[in-house]
Amino acid sequence: MCLAVPARVESLNPAASTAMIDLDGIRKEVSTQLLDEVAVGDYVLVHVGFALERIDAVEAAKTLALFAELRAQDAEG
Amino acid sequence: MKYVDEFRNGDTASALARLIRAEVKPGRNYRLMEFCGGHTHAIFRFGVNDLMPENVRFIHGPGCPVCVLPAGRIESAIRLAEEERVILCTYADLMRVPAGSRDSLHKAKARGADIRMIYSATDVLAIAQANPERQVVFFAIGFETTTPPTAAVLKIAKAMQLNNFTVFCNHVQTPPAMMHILSAGEAGIDGILGPSHVSAIIGSRAYADCCDKYRVPLVIAGFEPVDVIQSVLMLVRQINAGEAEVENQYTRAVSQTGNQKAQALMQEVFEQRPMFEWRGLGSLPESAVQIRSEYAAFDAEKRFNMKEIATADIKGCICPAVLRGVNNPDECKLFGTACTPEDPKGACMVSSEGACAAYYSYGRYRETTGTT
Amino acid sequence: MSRLDIKHGIIEMGHGSGGRASATLIEELFIRHFDNSLLSQGNDQAAFNVPAGRMVISTDAHVITPLFFPGGDIGSLSVHGTINDVAMSGASPLYLAASFIIEEGFPLADLEAIVISMARASKAAGVPVVTGDTKVVERGKGDGVFITTTGIGIVPADVDISGDRARAGDLIIVSGSIGDHGIAILSSREGLEFGTAMESDSAALHTLVAAMVADVPGIRCLRDPTRGGLATTLNELARQSGVGMRIKETAIPVKAEVKGACELLGLDPLYIANEGKLVCIVAPEDAERLLTIMQKHPLAQNAAIIGTVCTDAQQMVVMATAFGGKRVVDWLAGEQLPRIC
Ligand code: SF4
Repeated sequence: MCLAVPARVESLNPAASTAMIDLDGIRKEVSTQLLDEVAVGDYVLVHVGFALERIDAVEAAKTLALFAELRAQDAEG
Repeated sequence: MKYVDEFRNGDTASALARLIRAEVKPGRNYRLMEFCGGHTHAIFRFGVNDLMPENVRFIHGPGCPVCVLPAGRIESAIRLAEEERVILCTYADLMRVPAGSRDSLHKAKARGADIRMIYSATDVLAIAQANPERQVVFFAIGFETTTPPTAAVLKIAKAMQLNNFTVFCNHVQTPPAMMHILSAGEAGIDGILGPSHVSAIIGSRAYADCCDKYRVPLVIAGFEPVDVIQSVLMLVRQINAGEAEVENQYTRAVSQTGNQKAQALMQEVFEQRPMFEWRGLGSLPESAVQIRSEYAAFDAEKRFNMKEIATADIKGCICPAVLRGVNNPDECKLFGTACTPEDPKGACMVSSEGACAAYYSYGRYRETTGTT
Repeated sequence: MSRLDIKHGIIEMGHGSGGRASATLIEELFIRHFDNSLLSQGNDQAAFNVPAGRMVISTDAHVITPLFFPGGDIGSLSVHGTINDVAMSGASPLYLAASFIIEEGFPLADLEAIVISMARASKAAGVPVVTGDTKVVERGKGDGVFITTTGIGIVPADVDISGDRARAGDLIIVSGSIGDHGIAILSSREGLEFGTAMESDSAALHTLVAAMVADVPGIRCLRDPTRGGLATTLNELARQSGVGMRIKETAIPVKAEVKGACELLGLDPLYIANEGKLVCIVAPEDAERLLTIMQKHPLAQNAAIIGTVCTDAQQMVVMATAFGGKRVVDWLAGEQLPRIC
């Protein structure tokens, strides 16, 4: 349920509470009303024209690091 | 695509799948309910099942907003469009869902009703502004992910005093449905893959009661296939250790407390609905929201004095049992014969997230290759 | 005779009445731009000599919203679409006929832009519009303009291309990236607008086909994956030939923008329309040679072998996913619409 995709914030329009997002060359204006703070360069989850949440880059890196670790575990076993 | 491609890496998936195979205990079954249709979709789209050992089974849950909407609510919306002559706006997903008596929004549109498919809730505001002489109703559906956008537009409509705009609210809540399925106990669930984007809004703590009360482990899982497989590994480990914790695999988007701004917005505009009927699960107390009295002027149920319509589901359709995880779609007598994606009898055959639609393709493929 | 006021004028019921206004419209718009001797004769039909051989005829009704889109418009589309339908038999197209159903009130300036674009496409392809018809319907009874085009062509002697000729072991080739047209259309559709540099791939494929059949006359099937996309075309061919197909996701060319738009809207590139691509099924021994020939043509530089034909009583199209799983690529049920879930 709830299709949402991570897209990069290209620019912000604070007056209208909107952001222009980019997803591999596709640009779309989305509402940022649901976010406390958002900055250009952030990745946000886009759902029905709204940015739902920011992607936490540090946590994403941790998950990827864990994948690497698990792959190493698999290679040993 | 950043944050997508890395989580669709086939080699990582195979490696994690091998770990799962090494860790599952041969003597037991692992019945894992993916609550969300989004997970169902990912599992079929990427062929995650092919990588799982025999004894890990996915049980499909009720987390598909169009599948759980009772036919009567669709019937009500059709009446708004046809009798009150409103412009009815809704997400495209709902168009082909069967209402009662072989009807659907799609068919009503073909008969001449003014039904418009929208991409974003904000589009409805634009339609209302462009048609000041018409009543415009947003037929809003969805779980906690889709609820905050509806709240946002209600707030804007109120500020703009947009008096030709109302919302027919059908927003439902995830934890009560989950509790209900676990309390019924009929699906025999060993672990739950928790929702991704719903959890981004409501936070991982929202499931603590479920796990405690029913002693079932839950892992909040991202929607990409590697996310799903890693979450299965986490569940298998919990099950093997006899644990029942809420764990969060999808940490890049889900925090413990969720998106508090969105929660506050929902609080401001919506209140708990005492009772709501779910297709398949029946009437569940405190499982949905309704528009607060401060926003009553924007509530379609009030403005048009809408009455509940009870419609029987199609005879023979076992969607309710499928949604509760009790039956597999291929156990339905209509499956693949009277009910196909071209001519769906139940909601589960319509949405690409519906378990029946997914089984329809996948099941036939298994027949052709002889795999089980 | 009164001249058309192209700049400010609109289509009126009289333009379809067959009277003087119709004649003016035909002369000043259609004959002027399509500009060929057969049409200028002013008959209700075009008469011409035909070379010996098998002829093909194909017709296609074109309706599209919006009428003008990135990379084309309904005019160029109606020329390319029918040329391609003719060419998919291996034929070289000779002539086109066009009929227009125009809604009362439609701006003449828009109509002229469409006709000019049609004329340009037909000249570039070397396939003239030699006869036509125009009707006007009351306001509200049409969607601006509908164009039906019919084309005829001649098939070279040793060519026998048909959707029922795919055999187990054959290879499947696609001529380039898929989904470009559908995404370009969606990007300009009201209420959905998104920014992209993507353009429709609308193009006439007959010169590509000519190069292909000249070298490999034994090509088994050719089809352009328009509405319903690649998935639908493969399912049609599988059913017609009574075979299955096994394709590889990693081999299918898809542009990053198309992937991005599909993720955003919950669509699948396999089901998105194309207007300048073809799918070809060919015996395995001819495949590499054919691929090399295709890649030399400007419209098929990214051509790729995407899978094989196999025996399968269920006539399924199954795709090995980039991710390492398998997935059925089924017929499209209903239309592809943006999803929220
Ligand atoms: S196959 Fe069709 S009729 Fe049967 S449960 Fe599924 S949706 Fe209902």
